[in-house]
Amino acid sequence: MGDRTFAPSRILIYLVVSLFAAAYLAPLVVVVLNSLRTNEEIAQASMIGWPQQWAWGNYATAWSGFCVAETCAGIRPYMLNSALVTIPATIFSTLLGAVAGYAVSLWRFRGDSWIYGIVTLGLFLPQQMRLLPWTIVLRDIGLINTLTGLVLIHTIQGLSFTTLFCRNYYVAIPHELIRAARIDGAGFFRIFWRIILPLSSPILIVTVIWQFTHIWNEFLYGVTFTTGQQQPVTAALIALSAAIADIPQHGVQSAAVIIAALPTLLIYLLGGRYFVRGLTAGAVK
Amino acid sequence: MTDVASTATRPGRPAISGVVGRLPEYLMIWVPLLLSAAHLISFSLWTIWISFTPSTLVPVSGWVGLRNYNAVMASRNWHIAFDNLLLFGTAFVLLSLITGLALAILLDQRIRGENVLRTIFLYPLAVSFVVTGTVWSWLLNPGIGIQKLVHDLGWTSFRFDWLVDRDMAIWTIVIAAIWQSSGFAMALFLAGLRSVDADIIKAAQIDGAGPVRTYWRVILPTLWPITITVVVVQLQFAISAFDLVRALTNGGPGIATQLPALVVYDLMFQRGQLGRGAAAAVLMLLILLAVLLPYAAWRYFQRRRATHG
Repeated sequence: MGDRTFAPSRILIYLVVSLFAAAYLAPLVVVVLNSLRTNEEIAQASMIGWPQQWAWGNYATAWSGFCVAETCAGIRPYMLNSALVTIPATIFSTLLGAVAGYAVSLWRFRGDSWIYGIVTLGLFLPQQMRLLPWTIVLRDIGLINTLTGLVLIHTIQGLSFTTLFCRNYYVAIPHELIRAARIDGAGFFRIFWRIILPLSSPILIVTVIWQFTHIWNEFLYGVTFTTGQQQPVTAALIALSAAIADIPQHGVQSAAVIIAALPTLLIYLLGGRYFVRGLTAGAVK
Repeated sequence: MTDVASTATRPGRPAISGVVGRLPEYLMIWVPLLLSAAHLISFSLWTIWISFTPSTLVPVSGWVGLRNYNAVMASRNWHIAFDNLLLFGTAFVLLSLITGLALAILLDQRIRGENVLRTIFLYPLAVSFVVTGTVWSWLLNPGIGIQKLVHDLGWTSFRFDWLVDRDMAIWTIVIAAIWQSSGFAMALFLAGLRSVDADIIKAAQIDGAGPVRTYWRVILPTLWPITITVVVVQLQFAISAFDLVRALTNGGPGIATQLPALVVYDLMFQRGQLGRGAAAAVLMLLILLAVLLPYAAWRYFQRRRATHG
């Protein structure tokens, strides 16, 4: 509706939309600017301000310098932890979810709709219902306070989402295609490899982006099942602000926050379309 | 199903080798799905069971009936958490619906730079709640944030200290949560607006309806199903909110911004009250079910109506 002439109502629309945009961008701008101000400068003025002198050193300190408790290695080891959890868990849960989604949508087997129904309940079951059992299971199999333990959790729990995404995508593939391939003697894996996977890139991109974002940003499991040097970066950020609460170093902390948020922000900027598709697909369960 | 038939009719091959040959495929299909389903069911039952035992630091067997539930529900912590959840859930869901709908309608006006604007409104969703909470805790901290800035600019009587005000602190969580996730409502509403039949809109305009009337009478009513989906998803987030609160207020000042998820964590891992922690987790699940079951029933009803004309 409306046209592109600049009637007063159009100007009003642009004005309101710009105000909203400014409000959404403001926290990011504030943190980026703070990450380039010295701690002293922020302490004297406020968190909101233009850098008097550009403190690029904040990023170096945040990356590998500041101390949490006894260790002074910056945020780097925790970023590495997050990567070592997020990347394998994303790959495993996506691949297994693709196979499972293919099995329940196109291959069909006895009990498929039952088990699919149960697996998708995982989208709704709060994490709090699984905290205690995971603690005990991880301790019994010796994976408490390990990155492998977190990979295991995120792979198994991620299956609920990845199976749903892939299944909803694969149901649109005509069954005749599969039937014809089976008559030609192709088996489960051959059909998956030759027919399904080549058709899957859009849904795999959506799933990978969704899983990566969720696992990277996850906090509760990280803080519950790991301590100290084993923590992912979200848990480390909380530990950091608690550790230096007495003498805040807001410049360095801002740089650390930016670094921690960067991987998912970059993925969002590069794959925005797929990111939004994942959001809507996850919502319309 | 047909697998069995095709194996049996294949000539010159004993059935047993067919089964063995298919082992990798059975494993690949069943192991992940079974693991996922089994962990969901057994973990839920496990937590429910622990909520009926006298477990404290470690899980023990025994039966105490509803004692843990009574203890949790009688505690001040849970009372505050529950009241906060009602306030936070209502305010956050309503305000993010309104914000998201407003943004969607604005973006639907064929404005320039729509893609850039959409990217701006959605980027908070890509950031973790820990980051959001940390950043807003700085902005809302009266000593270093917005209040300090306004004071430095010369308006020294300005007050914006909700973060340290017991009665208002919960609203800081509302603000941060809306900032983070109203883009989600916008994305769904915008998709809904774009899928409204152009002919209906044209018909309304021919009938002489202005833009406001067209929206109010013709377009918005078609958004009901999307609205319900958005409400349910946002409520689900509100009920299990943890990271954001942990980073923004950590439940404080005092326990003024306590929420159920924080109570569960506190009981389980800080006070060593596993039985009570499990009971609080089950209560969370019940609150969630109070939202999800009507939604599921509504979805079922809608689908049936769609298939039966």
